[in-house]
Amino acid sequence: MVDEKITTVGPVRVHMISTNKYKTNTLVWKMKAPLAKETVTLRALLPYVLQSGTADYPSVKALRTYLDELYGATLNVDLTKKGEDHIMTIRIDVANERFLPEQTPLLEKALQLLADLLFRPALEGGRFVEDIVAREKQALSQRIQAVYDDKMRYANMRLVQEMCKGEPYALSPNGELEDIDAITAERLYRYYEQSLAEDELDLYVIGDVDEEAVLAAVKRRFSLPDRPQPSRAPLASAKARGEINEVIERQDVKQGKLNIGYRTNVTYEDDDYYALQLFNGIFGGFSHSKLFINVREKASLAYYAASRLESHKGLLLVMSGIEPANYEKARRIIDEQMQAMKNGDFTDEEMEQTKAVIRNQLLETLDTPRGLVEVLYHNVVSTRKRPLNEWLAGTDGVTREDVVRVAEKVALDTVYFLTGMEGATENGKAGV
Amino acid sequence: MEKRVYETLQETLFYEKMDNGLDVYILPKKGFHKTYATFTTNYGSVDNQFVPLGKTEMKRVPDGIAHFLEHKLFEKEDGDVFQQFSKQGASANAFTTFTRTAYLFSSTDNVEKNLETLMDFVQTPYFSDKTVEKEKGIIGQEIRMYDDNPDWRVYFGAIESMYHHHPVKIDIAGTIESIAEITKELLYECYETFYHPSNMLLFVVGPVDEQQIMQQIRDNQAKKSFPQAPEVKRFTYEEPSGVAEKKIVIPMHVQTNKCFVGIKAPSVPNIGEQKLRHELAFHVLLDYLFGKSSPHYERLYREGLIDDTFMYDYTEEREFGFALVGGDTRDAERLAAEVQKVLQSFSADAVQKDEIERVKKKKMGAFLRALNSPEYIANQFTRYAFYGASLFDILPALSSLTLDDIAAVADSCFRDSQIAVCEVVPKGQ
Repeated sequence: MVDEKITTVGPVRVHMISTNKYKTNTLVWKMKAPLAKETVTLRALLPYVLQSGTADYPSVKALRTYLDELYGATLNVDLTKKGEDHIMTIRIDVANERFLPEQTPLLEKALQLLADLLFRPALEGGRFVEDIVAREKQALSQRIQAVYDDKMRYANMRLVQEMCKGEPYALSPNGELEDIDAITAERLYRYYEQSLAEDELDLYVIGDVDEEAVLAAVKRRFSLPDRPQPSRAPLASAKARGEINEVIERQDVKQGKLNIGYRTNVTYEDDDYYALQLFNGIFGGFSHSKLFINVREKASLAYYAASRLESHKGLLLVMSGIEPANYEKARRIIDEQMQAMKNGDFTDEEMEQTKAVIRNQLLETLDTPRGLVEVLYHNVVSTRKRPLNEWLAGTDGVTREDVVRVAEKVALDTVYFLTGMEGATENGKAGV
Repeated sequence: MEKRVYETLQETLFYEKMDNGLDVYILPKKGFHKTYATFTTNYGSVDNQFVPLGKTEMKRVPDGIAHFLEHKLFEKEDGDVFQQFSKQGASANAFTTFTRTAYLFSSTDNVEKNLETLMDFVQTPYFSDKTVEKEKGIIGQEIRMYDDNPDWRVYFGAIESMYHHHPVKIDIAGTIESIAEITKELLYECYETFYHPSNMLLFVVGPVDEQQIMQQIRDNQAKKSFPQAPEVKRFTYEEPSGVAEKKIVIPMHVQTNKCFVGIKAPSVPNIGEQKLRHELAFHVLLDYLFGKSSPHYERLYREGLIDDTFMYDYTEEREFGFALVGGDTRDAERLAAEVQKVLQSFSADAVQKDEIERVKKKKMGAFLRALNSPEYIANQFTRYAFYGASLFDILPALSSLTLDDIAAVADSCFRDSQIAVCEVVPKGQ
C-alpha cells in the first residue's frame, strides 16, 4: 500500500516513500520533545526564526527570492502536540523538474536548503539575528491572540484548558503569551542547540526520488551527535474520575459553542484502538453519525455537531454551534447519544457503514504527501507500531462487543459552553 | 469520446457531450487510491434574477436560495443521501459559490455505485414543506456561525464596499430573513431552470477506466428524460465601474484588527482565453507586489503591520472580478494606507523583467503542486470550463504572459475609484 523504508543516519530516522504519483517532491522534518511549560514558547518561536533566513540567504526576502527561483518551492513550519509531546515541523515541497522546461536538480537543492535552515541559520555575533527574533516574537503574540477571535478554535482550546488543567496537555502548541517577552536572541539560540542535541529527529522524503542519492546527501549534510533513546513519561491525568466539571463563559457572540470533553481511557497504545475509532465514527465522526443525525438533522439545532479523538492522549472532544437558548436541549440529545453507545444501541448496518467510511478516510489520507506523513508519524509518537495494512485489517475485525466495551470506558469529564451576554442559560447551571 | 493529451504535464483527459447536453470529463490518475467526482451546475448565489424555465418574465428569488437548494437536494423521501454514500464507503459533500453549485464524492471503493448515487440524487429532487422548514433552523445556525466569524465578516464587508448593485455583495447563504421566504415551489422553480443537464458538468478524476466510466454515464443519462431547455436568461445588473463605498468599518468583539483592501476590476473580458490571461496577469501582479519575496512584504512585516494571516487573491467570475489584500494587523488604518500607496505608486516602467520571470516560475511550480490534488483539478477545471477556458492551458498562458498584460491590469484597476477598504476593529474603539 505504502512502501516506507526507514534508514538511520546518526540520530536521524530517514523515512523514504518512493512514488511517482505526484508532480512535486516533499521533505518533512520533525523534531519531538516532551510538552512542557518551560520550553513550549521557545519551541513555538524557534521554527519561525529558522525559516526567516540562512547564512547564505540571511533575510526573509533573500530566502523567499531563492525559493521562487526554485520554481516556487514552498517552505512552511508548524507546531503540534500529540499526546504529551510537542512537535516542530518544517516542510519543503518542490516541483519535480521532469514537468518543467528547465532541468535544475530541484530536490537536491531543497535538501541542501533544509540542511542550511537547520544547521546554518542567519546569525550575528554567534546568536540569532536580533531583528528577526523581535519580529517573530511579535508575530507569535499575534498568532496566539488570533485564537480569541475565532470562536470555534477558541472554544476547543478552552475546553482542553479546563479539562486538562495541571496536565502538560493543557498547554497550547503555540506557546504562552506571557512567556514571549522574556525570550532573547541568545536564550533562543541556546535552546536551538539543545533541541538539536536532544530531540527525536525524523526526516520524511516523499516522491519520485533516487533513494541512494537522497541518503548520500543526508549523510553528507545532516551530521548530528548521537543521543540516548528518549524515555516516555506516563500520561498525566490530574483529576479523579467521576468529578464532572461544567464551565460557562459569556462573550458578545450570536452563536453558542457547546464543547464537551470525555476521557476515553483507550489510546493508540491499546488493543482497543481500532474499536475506539469505530466508536467515534458511529458516535460523532461523520455525517452519518449519531450526533449529526440527531442534533442537526432531526432536531435542527446546529449546523455542525461532531466529535473527534486525540488518540495519544485519550480524549474524545465533541463540538457544536447552537442557539444559546437551546443549551439544555442540545446537552440532553448529546447525552442520549452517548448513552445509546454504552447500551449498544446501534445497528450492524451502522457498524459496517462506519468501517467502510474509516477505511475510505485512511486510504484518502494516504493520497496526499502531508496526510501520509501524519499517518506514519503516529508510529514515531507511540511505542506501539501499527503498519498501515494492520489498520485496515484491525478496523475490519472490530465487533460490536468491542465497541460497547470501549463505550463503557468513555467517561464524561468537562462541559464547556461559550454563550452570549444574555441570561438565556440560567437553567443550564443546575444541569450537572 | 474525445481524447486530449497534455504532453508536458503527462496527463490525458477524456471528454464527451451527452445527448442531453451534459458535459462529461474523465481524468485517469494512476497511483491514487481515491476517485473524486464533482457534478456541478452553472448556478450560484449571484443568479437571483432570471427567467424560469417555461416562463417569459424575469423573476427575483430570495437571497441564499441556491445554497438552500444545495442543502435540500441531499434529502429524499426515504432519507438522507449522506447515509447512502457512507454505506458505500464514500465521503460526500457539496458547496455553493457565487456562480456554481457543486455536488461531490470521494471514495476508494465502490466507485461505480457512488457515481450512480451522485448522478441520481442530483437529478431527482424531492422537496417538501416540512423538510424546507426544518432546514431553516440548520442554515440559520450556519449563518450565525459566520456572523460571529470576523474573518468572514471582513471578507464580505470588503466585497460589499466594492459593489453597488451586483448580488456578489450578498452573502452566499443569504440572511435569516431572506431564507424565511423560501418555499418548496421556489426551490423546484430554481431547480428546473438551472439543473438541466445542458447547464451542468460532470468531472471524474482518479484511478478509473475511462471507457467503462463513460459508458456508465451514457447509460445513466439515457434512462432519464429532460424537457428541451433554451440557454438560461439571467438578469444583467447595471453595475457602475467604480467602488460603492470607500470604507466600511465593522466593530466586533475581537482582540486583533482585520483589514482588507478591495480592488474592483472595472470590467472583465468575456472570452475564455482572454479571461484566463487577465486572471493570471492579475495574480502575477499581486504576487510581484505582495509576495514574501517583495520589498513591500518585508517592510510591512518588519513594521508589524502584517503577519502570517496576510493574503492576497484575485477572483474572476462571469462578469465581475475583484482582488483582496490584507489580513490581521495591529493598525488597520495604516495597513490600508500602506497597501493603497503600493497600488497607486506602481509603475510598470520600473519593473525588472527578471522579477516578473521569477514570479512566473513560482506560479508554474504552484500549478504543478496543485495538480497533486484531485479536488483542485475537478473544481478548477469546472470553473474554467464554465467561462470558456481550460485549466490545462495555464502553463502555456503563464509562459507567454508579458509585462504589457500586467501593466494593462494595473492601469485599469490601480486607481482611486477602484479601491475600497473594510476593517474589523475591536468594539468601543
